[in-house]
Amino acid sequence: MTTMLEIKNLHAAVDGKEILKGIDLTVKAGEVHAIMGPNGSGKSTLAYVLAGRAGYEVTEGSVSYDGKDLLEMSADERARDGVFLGFQYPVELPGVNGMTFLRTAANAVRKHRGLKELDGIDFLKLLRQKASLLEMDDGLLKRAVNVGFSGGEKKRNEIAQMAVLDPHLMVLDETDSGLDIDALKVVSKGINALRGPDKATVLVTHYQRLLSYVEPDFVHILARGKIVASGGKELALELERDGYVNYVPEAA
Amino acid sequence: MAATTETQQALKDIGGDYKHGFVTDIEMDVAPKGLDEAVIRMISAKKLEPEWLLDWRLEAFRKWGKEEEPEWAKVHYPAIDFQDIHYYAAPKKKDGPKSLDEVDPELLETYAKLGIPLREQEVLAGVMGSPNIAVDAVFDSVSVATTYKKKLEEMGIIFGSFSEAVKTHPELIRKYLGSVVPVSDNFYATLNSAVFTDGTFVYVPKGVRCPMELSTYFRINTKETGQFERTLIIADEGSYVSYLEGCTAPMRDENQLHAAVVELIALDNAEIKYSTVQNWYPGDKNGKGGIYNFVTKRGACRGVNSKISWTQVETGSAITWKYPSCILQGDNSQGEFYSVAITNNMQQADTGTKMIHIGKNTRSRIISKGISAGRGQNTYRGLVRVMAGAENARNYTQCDSLLMGDKCGAHTVPYIEVKNPSAQIEHEATTSKISEDQLFYCLQRGLTQEEAVAMIVNGFCKEVMQNLPMEFAVEAQKLLGISLEGSVG
Repeated sequence: MTTMLEIKNLHAAVDGKEILKGIDLTVKAGEVHAIMGPNGSGKSTLAYVLAGRAGYEVTEGSVSYDGKDLLEMSADERARDGVFLGFQYPVELPGVNGMTFLRTAANAVRKHRGLKELDGIDFLKLLRQKASLLEMDDGLLKRAVNVGFSGGEKKRNEIAQMAVLDPHLMVLDETDSGLDIDALKVVSKGINALRGPDKATVLVTHYQRLLSYVEPDFVHILARGKIVASGGKELALELERDGYVNYVPEAA
Repeated sequence: MAATTETQQALKDIGGDYKHGFVTDIEMDVAPKGLDEAVIRMISAKKLEPEWLLDWRLEAFRKWGKEEEPEWAKVHYPAIDFQDIHYYAAPKKKDGPKSLDEVDPELLETYAKLGIPLREQEVLAGVMGSPNIAVDAVFDSVSVATTYKKKLEEMGIIFGSFSEAVKTHPELIRKYLGSVVPVSDNFYATLNSAVFTDGTFVYVPKGVRCPMELSTYFRINTKETGQFERTLIIADEGSYVSYLEGCTAPMRDENQLHAAVVELIALDNAEIKYSTVQNWYPGDKNGKGGIYNFVTKRGACRGVNSKISWTQVETGSAITWKYPSCILQGDNSQGEFYSVAITNNMQQADTGTKMIHIGKNTRSRIISKGISAGRGQNTYRGLVRVMAGAENARNYTQCDSLLMGDKCGAHTVPYIEVKNPSAQIEHEATTSKISEDQLFYCLQRGLTQEEAVAMIVNGFCKEVMQNLPMEFAVEAQKLLGISLEGSVG
């Protein structure tokens, strides 16, 4: 299998404060990696650094994506090139129609891939097809992006966007937070439907719960800006039982 | 929607420069600079005006001499030398064009460049995406062409240049001219009354619903010229008309004055929808040049159940001073004001509305969206006045300001005067910034910085934009993107 993402000795700072202190991680196509860790361990920072958010300064190390230097690419270039970040807190865009937003985004990605841009009708077809795959209706997309959505609706909307944009590397930041069990099942189903041999997923999560539905190939524990342990899915079960105490003493 | 993509394309096409900044090289008939009675007599004579109109102008000129320039608006500019302006400029021609075939090809070319189809076959070919627009084109001081005149005439609708209407329908002009904006209303309106050159006249007869959008396209071309147009729209009992004006001017280093007056009259059960997409040259990044847009617009809902709705998208001009207002005289009449005003770079806008409730059960609605970027200063100034006799008057006002960057300003100055205790007045106001979160969210979905800003701003303005006639909404969305180019990042 080809290597999709290779992170080497990654250090990153926010407002001059170092949060990531030397991360090494290799993700191959077809794999699902879970990054777990207590609050404040740097999980979301890692997700933002991968997506290229302004203000998250890489001070050392390298990240290659599909053989390219990811850190050289701007946030929007990364997105068009197939890096998708599912937000922990999806942002509201008042007055911006969900359909308009997603079609503009989808066409930006398609243009980058040398595909024909979709007109309104073709886009609607694609949307219906993806929505049925996820067993979701497209009602949310008719409203302004995330405005007045419940926590569950926001996360479902993220997965719907992901399905339409068809990314290669999916970084999902606490997609399970704030979901009831039914919403969790719907969202997990969506994530599983989008797994594939040429795609890779990085799940950032606090709890083992999501991993009962989306089975990871690898689990990594992030603590104080470093990966302190890696293993299979049994590692997640161990965390569920014992907490982070064996890895982060003060978490006890 | 495609509009955002088109905004991007438009941005690329024009390289971020003002798109309409070219000058048409055409032989002009220009009055000498300066203003005195002789110039006014000359304008009136050029237009073969009746005696009463000349007297009206001269009276305005004498009153103007006693008035002072308003200084209460939050705009700053060097004193204007009113003797250093040409008050009349017209393309040279032998007689007025009788048909479009007689219009100077240079002019047709100019309007084609601006995307304004004057040839009806071009309109039919779908240049604007819809055949349902009749256009009156005003070039500097005169109207050069009106399309679809005949079709409208069959329905009894009068649509054409103001100076022509003075000849063909003097009784209507005499009855309504100055009846909403009196000669001595304010400094600029008085100046306009003295020197106005051309503009558009519309009359929709009783019970007629105008089947197409009526549109005037204003173009300032000649150097050191002021444009003083006069628009008068009368909707007779039970009629309806939707009217749109667009404006552009060449790029010049010096400032140019535009002081128009627009009067609307809606009689019993009549409705007028008036939309403006104002894109006068805003000046360069350092504030050099640009149009001073000092305009008086007012509508009178004279009849019962009448309605006047103003929608404006103000993206251009160095300075905008403009308060499209409604006098709600008839019982149950309604006034609406929907506004988007953008100030980027060194632009200044002081704009808003006045809603004067006189009749019973009168209602008004004000939705104002101000966007400031660069060093732009954007002021909403509005008055809601409920007179003693206006039982059960209602007003809803919403003023939202969006700031981009940390060197611009947004100001809100609402006045509310209520003399009847049954009135219900609501006022909401917000000020926000485009957040880093919103931008990053859009970027992370693959939108470029410019696309993201255009998307967020169009969302912010949605309640206003959706009131524009469809044919112009896409154009206006593009303009928003272009006007804010380079304002973030």
